[in-house]
Amino acid sequence: MTTKDKYKKVAYYPGCALEGTGHAYNRSTKAIGKKLGLDLVEVKNWNCCGAMEVKNVDPKLQTYLSSRVMSVAANEMDMDVVMAPCNGCYHNLKKAEYDLKNDKESVEVVDRLSKKAGHKTYESGQVETIHALDWIKDAIGEDGLRERVKNSLSGIKVANYYGCMYTRPRHIFPEKDAGPGSESTSKPHFMDDLLAAAGAENVDFPLKTACCGGAHTLSDSDTSTKLVLNILKAAKLAGADVIATECPTCHTGLEMHQIRAEKRLGVKVEIKILYFTQLLGMALGLKPKKVGVHENISSSLSFLKERGLA
Amino acid sequence: MRPLAELESGLDSAGESPDVQDGAEQLLRIGEEVLEHWITVKGEVPTDDRREGFRLLALHRQGAKGDPSFNACRETCREIVYHYNLITMQPELADSTNRLAMMKMICSHLFLFVSGKMQVAELGEFCCSSKPIRLESEYNAQTTKEA
Repeated sequence: MTTKDKYKKVAYYPGCALEGTGHAYNRSTKAIGKKLGLDLVEVKNWNCCGAMEVKNVDPKLQTYLSSRVMSVAANEMDMDVVMAPCNGCYHNLKKAEYDLKNDKESVEVVDRLSKKAGHKTYESGQVETIHALDWIKDAIGEDGLRERVKNSLSGIKVANYYGCMYTRPRHIFPEKDAGPGSESTSKPHFMDDLLAAAGAENVDFPLKTACCGGAHTLSDSDTSTKLVLNILKAAKLAGADVIATECPTCHTGLEMHQIRAEKRLGVKVEIKILYFTQLLGMALGLKPKKVGVHENISSSLSFLKERGLA
Repeated sequence: MRPLAELESGLDSAGESPDVQDGAEQLLRIGEEVLEHWITVKGEVPTDDRREGFRLLALHRQGAKGDPSFNACRETCREIVYHYNLITMQPELADSTNRLAMMKMICSHLFLFVSGKMQVAELGEFCCSSKPIRLESEYNAQTTKEA
């Protein structure tokens, strides 16, 4: 089976953020899946991936929590691929996969906890974890997108922001940096490729993998605001109208701190922030509401109307 | 090594320098000094080595040794070098002023990242997603590889 065929039906792991602050990402991911004829089967009774909170207290417990999601997909749903659109979930599932392949103690802990919880122990390699970017890129591809575009993103200048967890640490992403066609950990380009295929003009954005301070957005808000403000200003300086995101934590952080920067520091940066799935969805002819534009914190509707997307 | 506050104020003047080459040199030096701060607070002596021709990259590598979360600024350092090269190799280009302004933004990000990291108790807990990987034991081998 080719990768293209394999990705046509995947286990969908939205994760906690996509049921809360990142609901627009959930909505738009499902909407473009439907539009593109791709089948998303939500992981049954999924649990938290262990996120940052559990991982910082007990990394092995995080490995177990992520492994359970993969175990359900593999052993209870007979799926080969788990697609996680959230960078945090994607990162954690990949990390769990790495741990279970390379660390005996993790294997023992996961086995013990799985038995205690009453489900089959996940074994490394049972499923392939992918990001939403891999999913669209491989299942549809740039040519496939070009054929399906109804409202070109032509004239929209986009700074693609990947955040820090999509590519780091490198060793948990063995499929990246693997030659032509693979994703790069130093200069990721999958989002750039997909949006360019939909007609957008990508700007050269040097902070595409820079830290947004997401982890400290509550404990050290001022640092987060300054980091986000710098990202917004750099995107603006690069000539972007929009920052495209592919992580709910980054997205929410950019939106919230854009507002906070104005309130606390008196600095307003006029730039729109949209999930790449929202932009692709509108390019495919979906209405803004279908891709959850109304669920974003910042308003982009008038901009989208100006550009003929709404 | 100048104090962090002085480095922060130096970002603006360097980024707005009418002499783009001089501005790029100043920003590169600020980047190095920011990393020197990080290495010094960890109790080490900043290296004078160069990697790929740049001390900045050698300092970043030194700063990330045993602390993979510091790799969150790896590409930022490489972008500083990239912009430095663009500016100093073709200073006559019309958009060199914009490139210098962008280099300032990137240096500013490095400054914010490192200074923010230093503010947090016990140093280096800034990127909590990487915390477990920084723990001792089974991750040591990968730590070396990543650094």
